[in-house]
Amino acid sequence: MSGLEDLYREIILDHYRSPRNRGELPTPPAHRVEGYNPLCGDEVVLYLQVDDGMITDVRVGGQGCSISQSSASMMSAAVKGRSIAQARSLVRSFKSMMSIHEQRLDGGDAGAGSDGTTLEVEEAPEPVDPEAMGELAALQGVVKFPVRIKCATLSWNTLSQGLDELETGA
Amino acid sequence: MSAGDRFAAAGTAAPPRPLDPRALRADVPLLAPDRPGGRIVYLDSAASAQRPRVVVEAMDEYYSTTHANVHRGIYAIAEEATRRYEQARAAVGRLIGAPRPEREIVFTKNATEAINLVAYAWGRHELRRGDVVVLSEIEHHANFVPWLMLREEIGVELRYLRLGADYHLDLSDLDRLVDGARLVAVTCASNVLGTVVDLSPIVTSARRAGALVLADGAQLVPHRPLDVRALGVDFLAFTGHKMLGPTGIGMLWAREELLDAMPPFLGGGEMIRDVRLDGFTPTDIPWRFEAGTPPIAEAVGLEAAVRYLEGIGLERVREHEVALTAYAIERLEAVHGDRVKIFGPAPDPLRRSGVISFAVEGVHPHDVAQVLDTRNVCVRAGHHCAKPLMRRLGVSATTRASLYLYNDEEDVEALVDALGEVRRLFR
Repeated sequence: MSGLEDLYREIILDHYRSPRNRGELPTPPAHRVEGYNPLCGDEVVLYLQVDDGMITDVRVGGQGCSISQSSASMMSAAVKGRSIAQARSLVRSFKSMMSIHEQRLDGGDAGAGSDGTTLEVEEAPEPVDPEAMGELAALQGVVKFPVRIKCATLSWNTLSQGLDELETGA
Repeated sequence: MSAGDRFAAAGTAAPPRPLDPRALRADVPLLAPDRPGGRIVYLDSAASAQRPRVVVEAMDEYYSTTHANVHRGIYAIAEEATRRYEQARAAVGRLIGAPRPEREIVFTKNATEAINLVAYAWGRHELRRGDVVVLSEIEHHANFVPWLMLREEIGVELRYLRLGADYHLDLSDLDRLVDGARLVAVTCASNVLGTVVDLSPIVTSARRAGALVLADGAQLVPHRPLDVRALGVDFLAFTGHKMLGPTGIGMLWAREELLDAMPPFLGGGEMIRDVRLDGFTPTDIPWRFEAGTPPIAEAVGLEAAVRYLEGIGLERVREHEVALTAYAIERLEAVHGDRVKIFGPAPDPLRRSGVISFAVEGVHPHDVAQVLDTRNVCVRAGHHCAKPLMRRLGVSATTRASLYLYNDEEDVEALVDALGEVRRLFR
């Protein structure tokens, strides 16, 4: 019952070995935002170039485990060329993909017959179409390893924070 | 009563018989070979050891037959609880050669609290702006942060012994660093590198400078015979759960006259002689430093752990760990040397412990530990509460395997095999 192949899918390892959009952008005009997980030391630095509400370029720096770094790489590929609204929607979808599975894991079949051990989630998860998630769906397996979920969500929370800062002009 | 008693017959006169780790594992419920889900290969004793059954049984027995609060009851079980609590103090003292354990051993929550006790009760009382405290850069956060707090609060100056290329402390500049210092606070053994610090020149230099010496014994007291008089230190902090005892109990040993001159640490019941509306009078040592109801059952469990270790003999534990550490390093280098780098000194009977930190090239320590976990191999990945040392090593984290008396070559082979799986996955 290793489940290792669920965690370390080939596409994840590929993004870990060959991270996409690695590097920096000049600030300004780009916006720089850092995410940090003090517990394990994982670190993600994002450079967001936004023009007219579109994320025209993304660069990723930082260091950490395969899950945090591949998730950041996949995230950068997924949001580059998207509007801020589309990126925010993707953040929501990604985070609910993590939450839904968190629930199913604990409560067996989600819904009827739940024995009450279902984990609390921050927000009611939206239905996620795995097709629409593209290769991000490969990260689904992470939810079987609860301590690693924060590794996968680090870059997404950092992106959220960066978009907030851009929109409030911080 | 103790399962360790069967070892006691060996005595100390004959050359020590090698340990039988497999038999010792049979004493430890969590390490049972027939555990559902598979035998646990436990290589994280530097974080916390797995206790033998006798420790848990002693605590159960105490709660079932004896428990009452200590130092106040006038009834039989309360007197018995007090007796057993104080008996644990004597046992701990015996283990480290304390001349007067009934006065010199203070029970704390853990080693961290023991060091904080010195920083608060001695440091805040004795140190002034500009006074020098010497640390080393390989300390656990427990022996950095209390002093960094005093630097912020009082303005003490901190100086650091540096790590040499051989993963031992560089003592070439020792006398200059220690000159004018009030305290040298240094670990007995690194929780990351496995370096056993040679305290003798440090103590000599500190004496000459008129400085006191605090030794963090958390990583050494459980693993080899140690005598505070021979060591020559003034304070020794250590903890129960790393030496087969329960969590929630640690110890500070300090020279009697130092303790006697120190004001209280935490205030409350148990630590006073008298309380008036306008003041209080603290009680005698060691109780002056034990405010509130102490960890009584934990002390009882700790005494069982001490007896178990005494039954086996810490010299045998040391010899076992020295041999096993040499074996583990040799195997890691032979099988994985092309991709595994060990951060620590070469095997040595006196100057190296069974803590082995390493990096697998191209694989983050958390991923290493995750893969090892699927083989039931428990190692630690992270900064090990030693971030200054991580910076010095130029890494954010390491993977750490740590050995104890119940580990054997079979455990080392399980680690070596599982690292093969890591390499296959992260080609």
